[in-house]
Amino acid sequence: MAVHTSQSVAKAAGDDIVARGRSRGTGNPPPPSRLRRALSTHWYAWTMVAPVVIVIGVIIGYPLVRGIYLSLTDATERNVERSIGVNHIPATYKFVGADNYTDVLTGNEFLGTLGWTLVWTVSCVAITFGLGMALANILNRRIAGRSAYRMALILPWAIPGFVSVFAWRFLYNEDRGLLNKILSGAGFDGIPWLNDPTWAKISVIAVNVWLGVPFMMVALLGGLQSIAGEQYEAAEMDGATAWQRFCHITLPGLRPVSTTVILLSTIWTFNMFPVIFLLTGGGPGDATQILVTQAYKFSFEISPRDFALSSTWGVLILVLLMVFAAVYRRVLRTQGDDW
Amino acid sequence: MRRGITATALVAALALAATACGSDDDKSDSPSKGSGELSGTVTWWDTSTAGSEDKVFKKIAEGFEKEHPKVDVKYVNVPFGDAQNKFKNAAQSGAGAPDVIRSEVAWTPEFADLGYLAPLDGTPALQKESDFLKQAAASTKYNGKTFAVPQVIDSMGIFYNKKIFKEAGVEVPKSVDELKTVSKKIKDKTGKTGLYLRGDDAYWFLSFLYGEGGDMVDAADKKVTIDNAAGVKAMTVVKDLVDSGAAKTDATDGWENMQSSFKDGKVAMMINGPWAVADTYTGKEFKDKANLGVAPVPAGSAAQGAPQGGHNLAVYAGSKNLEASYAFVDYMTSVKTQAQVTKELNLLPTRTSAYAEEPVVDNEIVGFFKPVVESAVERPWIPETGSLFAPLVTEYTKVLTGQTSPEKAVKTTGDSYRKLLDGWK
Repeated sequence: MAVHTSQSVAKAAGDDIVARGRSRGTGNPPPPSRLRRALSTHWYAWTMVAPVVIVIGVIIGYPLVRGIYLSLTDATERNVERSIGVNHIPATYKFVGADNYTDVLTGNEFLGTLGWTLVWTVSCVAITFGLGMALANILNRRIAGRSAYRMALILPWAIPGFVSVFAWRFLYNEDRGLLNKILSGAGFDGIPWLNDPTWAKISVIAVNVWLGVPFMMVALLGGLQSIAGEQYEAAEMDGATAWQRFCHITLPGLRPVSTTVILLSTIWTFNMFPVIFLLTGGGPGDATQILVTQAYKFSFEISPRDFALSSTWGVLILVLLMVFAAVYRRVLRTQGDDW
Repeated sequence: MRRGITATALVAALALAATACGSDDDKSDSPSKGSGELSGTVTWWDTSTAGSEDKVFKKIAEGFEKEHPKVDVKYVNVPFGDAQNKFKNAAQSGAGAPDVIRSEVAWTPEFADLGYLAPLDGTPALQKESDFLKQAAASTKYNGKTFAVPQVIDSMGIFYNKKIFKEAGVEVPKSVDELKTVSKKIKDKTGKTGLYLRGDDAYWFLSFLYGEGGDMVDAADKKVTIDNAAGVKAMTVVKDLVDSGAAKTDATDGWENMQSSFKDGKVAMMINGPWAVADTYTGKEFKDKANLGVAPVPAGSAAQGAPQGGHNLAVYAGSKNLEASYAFVDYMTSVKTQAQVTKELNLLPTRTSAYAEEPVVDNEIVGFFKPVVESAVERPWIPETGSLFAPLVTEYTKVLTGQTSPEKAVKTTGDSYRKLLDGWK
């Protein structure tokens, strides 16, 4: 993907020059090589972006290449190279080709985890978007204490994620948690929030929604405020109902914002490590384990740590997200969006 | 913008690669010279129970500074559950590892196998080696070398609330069957739950597994045994305890919930070890220490047995201050220190001669646990011992929360053991 993109940059630059050359009508006989032309015309641009390219290469490119390489080996904690004080242990892992991928894709662990990861992503994004939209619409009116409501609703976003998650863990505690105290006070049985696989799934989704709504709300509120009020007035004059105004003015007006936040939110939620890791640790059993937390488990929690397996999962996650982004973009383009 | 989207996906996915690599930056400065007075810093990662045991260990560790005024002891309490991984992260990256770590018995051969520990034979760390209890010393040996010094030894028993037992008019259960009837009586008479069974840690499953005549692996025959009939039976037993209401469990905050519900008198029994005694005494039910009773773990249909555990002190091979670290380990495992630990925390010494010391002789908890430790089931001290729990705990929790059957659970566990233990049956 990356290679393809950079080629198209060069190509675009090249075409540009050819086009301009023709229009000037100079037509010098031996044309210099494409690269040299690109360099001589745009050398300052290349110099300007070079530091960024280098930094990205070091902090993203190298780990990525290394990760892909590890996924093609059988590297674990035991056979990688390490030096501890006087001990030096050389690397003894070997290249195994696509074996890891075959194992992962033919076993049911990856596919099972993927299933729940998709359910988790889709439900979190759908619920956060729905709630964010509703709250944004409410807050877009002139109501008393509007800024106070806005502050209160943005609060979850301002609290560090791990603090929120630990607070929720206390609320969910089966014996001593506030939620079950309220339930038993009202005469209901306590709910095994984090101890029952189904409830645990609902619980993690609820926390992620709680954390995600402020972002959706703020983004959509911004979108709402950019829709001209005259449109609503005109529609009202024509006798459109509130629902019709929402469907025909608000939704299309929000489109540029909502497509962006849905894409971002999907990618974030798909890889939302802290909520799952801190709230349930993937449990009970591995009921709430999503792809990233499982990949982390292979690399940091089991022993010996399986670097190869973890990298394999990591690469597959990357591929899935890239495919998703590409498909999403294509769908939007067919609908006439400017992506 | 068109390209931006691909880049965003790329960056987002790569955030995965940047998962935390813990590196606390405690480093021993100024290494001490070979002879003469010791100096420098010794960082010690202690894993004892925070809030009770840690205070005592911190005080004792800092006592080392009095004997060696130029040495600065840095005491760090690392939660037991995180310590194994934290140490491995730090040791492998070569940054932030402590000089001395309190290593659980099963971790010791694994750390040694990975090359993280300094051999201690012939160093000042290992004094009067023959004085150590045989069981305690077993886990410190790997490939013919000694990699740690035993600090405490322990096993498990039933901790019970004598007041609740009196109220319900029951005796301490000796078998799993009795456990069920006793729990039922307690529920009927007092409305309280009989047993708290930890559902998030497979160590608490071992006495039930041994009770049915099972074990995780048979190291002598190089055979995985978790998935035999005894393993299935043991899973069925614990599932039945929870399903029948005789025991309650928790899959997330097992330790905190166990301690708080026992300390508040909400459950009558828990299975636990000497390391929990100091914390349990802080509970309101045990202001009168005499209210806490300890008894052997319940027997299963085949046997009665609890796992042997304990902790060793090991020195990080990359320590910049080996000499002071050796002296620190010796100090922490001396008869005098062990006697003081027993006096304040009711933990069992690992030196035979410490058992003759006055605070140890008179200690009731030690009196109870000494024979239990002697008959406790030893685990095989192979590098993989510490790795056997991760697959087991996932399946164990799944059984207790009704996500899988006992048969499937032990089969899955057995399969991952065979993957881990190359060439085993």
